Amino acid sequence: MATIHDVMPVFELFQPTSIDDTLVLLDKYKKDAWVLAGGLDSFDWLKDRNKRPKVVVDLSGVQELKGVKATPDGGLEIGAATTLSEVVRHPLVKQKFPILAQAAELVASPQIRNQGTIGGNVSQDTRCWYYRSGWTCYRAGGNICYADTPTAINREHAIFDANRCVAVNPSDTAPALIALDAKMVVRSANRGERVVDAETFFIGPSIDITRMTVVQPGDLLTAIRIPATWAGAAFYFEKVRERQVWDFPIVNVAAMLKVANGTIQDSRIVVNAVAAHPMRLKSVEGAVTGKARSEETARMAGDLAVQGAQPLAHNAYKIPLMRNLVKRAIRGEAQA
Amino acid sequence: MTVKTNTSEEPSLFVSRRAFIKGVIAAGATVSTSAYLFRGPALLGQGSLPGAVERLMTLNVNGQMRRVDVMKQETLAMTLRYKLGLTGTKLGCDRSECGACTVLIDDVPHYSCSILTHTVRGRKIQTIEGLEAADGTLHPVQQAVVDEQGFQCAFCMSGFIMSAVGFLKTNPSPTRAELAHGISGNLCRCADYHKILNSLMRGAENMRNA
Repeated sequence: MATIHDVMPVFELFQPTSIDDTLVLLDKYKKDAWVLAGGLDSFDWLKDRNKRPKVVVDLSGVQELKGVKATPDGGLEIGAATTLSEVVRHPLVKQKFPILAQAAELVASPQIRNQGTIGGNVSQDTRCWYYRSGWTCYRAGGNICYADTPTAINREHAIFDANRCVAVNPSDTAPALIALDAKMVVRSANRGERVVDAETFFIGPSIDITRMTVVQPGDLLTAIRIPATWAGAAFYFEKVRERQVWDFPIVNVAAMLKVANGTIQDSRIVVNAVAAHPMRLKSVEGAVTGKARSEETARMAGDLAVQGAQPLAHNAYKIPLMRNLVKRAIRGEAQA
Repeated sequence: MTVKTNTSEEPSLFVSRRAFIKGVIAAGATVSTSAYLFRGPALLGQGSLPGAVERLMTLNVNGQMRRVDVMKQETLAMTLRYKLGLTGTKLGCDRSECGACTVLIDDVPHYSCSILTHTVRGRKIQTIEGLEAADGTLHPVQQAVVDEQGFQCAFCMSGFIMSAVGFLKTNPSPTRAELAHGISGNLCRCADYHKILNSLMRGAENMRNA
């Protein structure tokens, strides 16, 4: 539990140059290995001594994991170790999926985007400070949630799907990727390659309380594939945070809409930082399909989105915030 | 290693100061060498695995090739400040939350507190010390900071300047708002942002006129 603001603790470092070599190392060391991409999430854990991996496998030398390329179906494949700055700047991303460029631009600070990767952004751990301070909570393998006690400070915590743990997923690119129906490519030495829908890539505490994604020890997220399905469609992304640099979302929303003659033909709407995983609002998507893109539809969508929300002591404000964000996403209103 | 103690049988009552110090140094060397050799038995033999890392490396810093012995877990800020003596790079938070440690890696601003030195092998590192010309002429952005008296305590200054120089490489004629966004990954505890922006805008102008 001690928080030592000090230099990094000792670990063994490996710098493989290929995915295959990386998988060999991850398979050999399994739970003892820590995958290091940009390192912006990792170094806090290591410096605080709250995670103590024996081995760190640094991906910076694995060129196969970097870069954006067009796929034959008209979509894109983004290497997991591609930096967020590269995603923001890449002409193909801007042209086909500007919502992703917009979401990536809103992450943290310029220096962090220059180093932080898209794979790291979707794989990052929750920001619950009880957990990150090393308290032995459910997520850390204990049997209590310190953020859900009568005296807990839980302004930033979940209003949906809490199951023992009330932490939220803090990623900005995750909701955009789910809205774009992205596929996550995960490889491991003994299970080979599997392709997971972005929507099911993120998991809540009812599936595994100690992990945020389906990636397990020995696994490596190698690429993110975005199909052409939503290229060129209308989109909306908005992130609300307390300060305009560095900060994680209090709530963010990503929406893709296919609109013809003022009528919504199809949509995907995703909200993050309200649950342990980004939430796709399927009921809202169903309800707005076939409706005019109007103020009335927007209001209905907002009200429907927050049905079933269960706030904690200090985060009921997230309900109107999320309602309004969904409303604005349907309206397509310019960001304030 | 045994250190001879003086007994009544020996005519010399004192180990000379010089011999004593030599003995202590040798003992220290033995201890630290054995710690290096026998540390972490679980990981012995890792040399044959792919991606094993050599501690001795050459860093390209400010155009010079510097040989340096770097621990696996060492951050670039630590190497620059405490191994290479480049103390112009400051450590504020050590958590990528303040920007004081910003350096350029291949012309792109990074927080040097939050990158392992081993990951920048073969890349071009530039710190505040590497900005001035060989004859000591200040970089146009540095000159603008001097002329405009842009900073109060200036602890954050080298980070701000490196951020600005990196940003201006991608956008040489920014608006004030664009520059503010470009350097938004740096904090000033004196909160003197208007004067900082004044001086960095003038720096951009100096660079265009240079």
